[in-house]
Amino acid sequence: ARLASRGSGLLLTSHFTKSRVVAMSGQSSGCGFLMSVVVHGDSALNEQEKELNQRLRRLYPAVNENETPLPRSWSPKDKFSYIGLSQNNLRVHYKGHGKTPKDAASVRATHPIPAACGVYYFEVKIISKGRDGYMGIGLSAQGVNMNRLPGWDKHSYGYHGDDGHSFCSSGTGQPYGPTFTTGDVIGCCVNLINNTCFYTKNGHSLGKKLQNQRQILYMLNLLIYLDTPGEVVDANFGQHPFVYDIEDYMREWRTKIQAQIDRFPIGEREGEWQSMIQKMVASYLVHHSYCATAEAFAKSTDQAVHEELASIKNRQKIQKLVLSGRMGEAIETTQQLYPNLLERNPDLLFMLKVRQFIEMVNGTDSEVRCLGGRSPKSQDSYPGSPRPFSSPSHKASSSQSYLTGTGSDTSWFDSNCCNGVTSNKNHSSSPHSHKPCPPGSGSTLPVSDISLNGSRSQQPITSNDMDMEVDHFTNGVTESSSNGFLNGSSKHTTEPDDCDADMEVESAQSKRQLCGGSQAAIERMIHFGRELQSMSEHLRRECGKNSANKKMLKDAFSLLAYSDPWNSPVGYQLDAIQREPVCSTLNSAILETHNLPKQPPLAQAVGQAAQCLAIMARTGSGSCAFASVDDYLH
Amino acid sequence: MYFTATSRHYVDRLFDPDPQKVLQGVIDMKNAVIGNNKQKANLIVLGAVPRLLYLLQQSSSSLELRTECAVVLGSLAMGTENNIKSLVDCHIIPALLQGLLCPDLIFIEACLRCLRTVFISPVTPVQLLYTDSTVIPHLMSLLSRSQRTQEYITQIFSHCCKTPEHQTVLFNHGAIQNIAPLLISPSYKVRMQALKCFSVLAYENTQVSMTLVNVLVDGELLSQVFVRMMQRDQPIEMQLTAAKCLTYMCRAGAIRTDDSCIVLKTLPCLVRMCSKEHLLEERVEGAETLAYLMEPDVELQRIASTTDHLVSMLADYFKYPSSVSAITDIKRLDHDLKHAHELRQAAFKLYASLGSNDEDIRKKITETENMMDRIVSGLSESSIKVRLAAVRCLHSLSRSVQQLRTSFHDHAVWKPLMKLLQNAPDEVLVMASSTLCNLLLEFSPSKEPILESGVIELLCSLTQSDSPALRVNGIWALMNMAFQADQKVKVEIVRCLGTEQLFRLLSDPDTNVLMKTLGLLRNLLSTRPHIDQIMSSHGKQIMQAVTLILEAEHSIEVKEQTLCILANIADGNTAKELIMTNDDMLQKIKYYMGHSNVKLQLAATFCISNLIWNEEDGSQERQDKLREMGFVDILHKLTQASDPNLSDRAKTAMQQYLA
Repeated sequence: ARLASRGSGLLLTSHFTKSRVVAMSGQSSGCGFLMSVVVHGDSALNEQEKELNQRLRRLYPAVNENETPLPRSWSPKDKFSYIGLSQNNLRVHYKGHGKTPKDAASVRATHPIPAACGVYYFEVKIISKGRDGYMGIGLSAQGVNMNRLPGWDKHSYGYHGDDGHSFCSSGTGQPYGPTFTTGDVIGCCVNLINNTCFYTKNGHSLGKKLQNQRQILYMLNLLIYLDTPGEVVDANFGQHPFVYDIEDYMREWRTKIQAQIDRFPIGEREGEWQSMIQKMVASYLVHHSYCATAEAFAKSTDQAVHEELASIKNRQKIQKLVLSGRMGEAIETTQQLYPNLLERNPDLLFMLKVRQFIEMVNGTDSEVRCLGGRSPKSQDSYPGSPRPFSSPSHKASSSQSYLTGTGSDTSWFDSNCCNGVTSNKNHSSSPHSHKPCPPGSGSTLPVSDISLNGSRSQQPITSNDMDMEVDHFTNGVTESSSNGFLNGSSKHTTEPDDCDADMEVESAQSKRQLCGGSQAAIERMIHFGRELQSMSEHLRRECGKNSANKKMLKDAFSLLAYSDPWNSPVGYQLDAIQREPVCSTLNSAILETHNLPKQPPLAQAVGQAAQCLAIMARTGSGSCAFASVDDYLH
Repeated sequence: MYFTATSRHYVDRLFDPDPQKVLQGVIDMKNAVIGNNKQKANLIVLGAVPRLLYLLQQSSSSLELRTECAVVLGSLAMGTENNIKSLVDCHIIPALLQGLLCPDLIFIEACLRCLRTVFISPVTPVQLLYTDSTVIPHLMSLLSRSQRTQEYITQIFSHCCKTPEHQTVLFNHGAIQNIAPLLISPSYKVRMQALKCFSVLAYENTQVSMTLVNVLVDGELLSQVFVRMMQRDQPIEMQLTAAKCLTYMCRAGAIRTDDSCIVLKTLPCLVRMCSKEHLLEERVEGAETLAYLMEPDVELQRIASTTDHLVSMLADYFKYPSSVSAITDIKRLDHDLKHAHELRQAAFKLYASLGSNDEDIRKKITETENMMDRIVSGLSESSIKVRLAAVRCLHSLSRSVQQLRTSFHDHAVWKPLMKLLQNAPDEVLVMASSTLCNLLLEFSPSKEPILESGVIELLCSLTQSDSPALRVNGIWALMNMAFQADQKVKVEIVRCLGTEQLFRLLSDPDTNVLMKTLGLLRNLLSTRPHIDQIMSSHGKQIMQAVTLILEAEHSIEVKEQTLCILANIADGNTAKELIMTNDDMLQKIKYYMGHSNVKLQLAATFCISNLIWNEEDGSQERQDKLREMGFVDILHKLTQASDPNLSDRAKTAMQQYLA
């Protein structure tokens, strides 16, 4: 059951990227093919593109098109001048003289075949064989002469219609298959797993090519060549259903690869493998402080737990506090139980404090709650035991951006400050990402639902209105290094009329109130903010600049810039799910002081497997297409 | 002997007066025999089986005891073939079938498991399942009880359905409706056994096949269910059996050969099964099924010939045992040797089917590495299956004029073929003699050497065979041989065959034999000197035979052929008189000139035209006689015939009178 929610964690991130793309295409146009699909084109074309995208996604789920786009048409640039293109660059016709072999002309597709396809397939239909029917389809590396027949040159392979011969980097062909002519549908399938290729005619496989093709096939591009006037050929890169049942062929290879994985030899000695698995499970349970389960599991599998039970319980206690938003108590408890930990890790302490500030704004931190604020149940109640939040990819993306920040994000912040459009792109999508949240995190749903609605209806207006103000506001912070920002915010709360812009809290707007609505709590929060600011300066003096810390603080303080922080572009920080990376980082730090791994081996193995697949895709090992890590995380 | 002593102890305990001790004894016996063939044999020798059967059948035995008895018997059946024989001899089958009437499911399952093991053995007579007519309906009703009953019963059916009668019995008891839902069972074993049932039920059975195409399983047509089972991620066994089902349905006429489930699914699936990556058994079965599927359809043959390099892929079938296996691995060598014959015959069959219609495919086959040599050596292999398949392949290729002229002659295939004809079972003889017919065609360079090897006698003996197919082939080959042959050959044929046999063949019940015999006569009676010579010695009998045929009930083709013979006779110098002096015959010719069928009119007119031909001796008298008989009027009428050939022929004849 634990692993199940791990899987959905992965799903969440993938959804995140998807919604990001949609948002992008709605906002601007210009880069990337997906966008042009949404923005331009008549409806028929749109339909075709939609079908194409669906089919390509189904056929090649492992391909990351941001890195390696799939071929979708012939390239108007990468062709010989005798070739004419029409019908969205899918129809090819010959417009040369066609008298000597020098008149041969080829065209390549827009992109080479990504290795992560595993098996790649495309078809062409011969619309007219022209005068002599000298046509061929095949594959070639980028940069091979386009004034030649496919197969004649090095790194080029072809199947010719006039004699049915196949050519493989040589001027003399070998008998391969039947001839083809007007009306025939010819397909070409590249198998990037065993580096072979075969052609099809009218839905029938003509058989593997016999020659050795152990070349760097993943560099190859599709190719078609024509040689005499009147020849017209239509391509199908997935726009229409294929005549040959390529999906059936892929099914066979998926089964083969998975059988290979299943049969992979695991340890010579008996029981070795089993005990390793048991260790992994046990360490995972211990890592996340599932005391009782870990204890029971260790007992039934007869192994030792490498951590004292008390220590596990301590960590569990701290994690519970963090996950329920009671940061002050969490920090205190940590300091009590692990006296030197936070002193040695000022960055960690800073992160915890920033989180505490956010929880104060949220009204959940113990320090503001005891000041009489309304206790916001929906914020507070986190599901009983900690969720196995630290699924590797989730952790990689979220904790990374939290702690170190991605390069682009940071530089963007420095130069651009809070440009409305970009901040929109970065943050507004986070409510979306909560939508497919697994039932396990159900308690956060009410919050995200509200923010979702809010962001939908208000977003365009709010962000436009805010642009200037935010700019102004953050400029203040960067210029006046001391407390310009805090002044601003204190003005905003205590003397609303005095504010630079009309930032007053519109009381009716939101049911949730800053710091739970208590004035004393707000003052405590302001005070805490000042301390945090000075701590940040202190840290910078001591340890040098840290852009991640800077951004973290800036994001947290930005919450105060909005009348309704929960529905603001930076409102995602208030979401309970953001406690998870904090909790995980703290947990790892505690474990490290006990000389225990900061990541459970299980999570590490899953992460390594995912990384391994990505590397395989980059280095041209096609089998990565049929070995998705998700398939093994049920 | 130690073993026997303990075994004796086990058997003795079965006779204990305390039923509780008997039960414990049976359970101990069960544990003792598992996986121990020696122990099993000992217990059988010591007479455990009758006692176990007695306990199993006794209604006074507890259900537990009866069940354990069935389990032990099932275990004994798992041993050697001799064990099965002993069990069957002890009448285990009726006892177990009787046991199925008990309401207890566990007991039924134990009985069925044992029955299954007994019935799938090749030594068990299949008929035992059908002796009691209530058994099949009862088994059908047990199909709904559990997954185990489903698995065992379908497995019994698929092994015991060997003849059209079996198919009909199962069909009439609702096998299709009862088994179809099992194709989507959650259990793989049940799905697989159900599928096997359909393959044996549909084989060469139009009634079953026609019913199958309309069956729906969970709203889906059965053919689509089979197509799904052929998907490439399914186990090979399942793909292959589903392809067999569709093949049999197609051959029985229930699915068209151009249906996409045949062209785009079944055929490619079977071609795949022939590839090197599969087990030898699978490759054999795949090739045989594919050969059967496309035998009657040239389009399928063309598609298969270009799919996955099938023609060259099949050449690998001849490479077992490979030289590698002999050196490295004795076990593998043994395995290869066992399958080598099967592989070769399957490949020959598939080549025969591939090349049965298309000249280009035949060329491709003969150009495959060492193909002709392989056929030649296949013709003299010890395995009769291989010989038969090789000669079938040769026969298929012999339909090509080009191959007859080239590769057949180069490899002197007639030699092993002749040898094969000397002493072979009928099925081989049919194929071999049929091939010989083609080799004796007049353009075949092999014709001469075959003639010299004393083939005439052999062919004449074939015409006396009981098998109509052999008689046809024998007389057909003689017919081909007589075409434009030397006088010497013709005389030899007549001498060797004997007029008596010739006339016997003219009254053969098989029309094909009759037609070819007439064809032989016609070929014998060509060129004037030959006609006269043969008619002078056998004229009387021949004229008699012709009269008989023309008077009897025969097809148009037979009568036409007979009239052509008459026309040939009319072309002879002296032979003419045999007709001119036979008024009865002339009346018959006259009758056929006025027949409603143009072909017969034409042949009859031909005959008259030959009789009245000007340049020959006595033509005037013949013209006069025929004029008197009213032939001129008829000829005159025929010049007006709508058929241009007929009117031309009549005009030419009329000119003889005018000249």
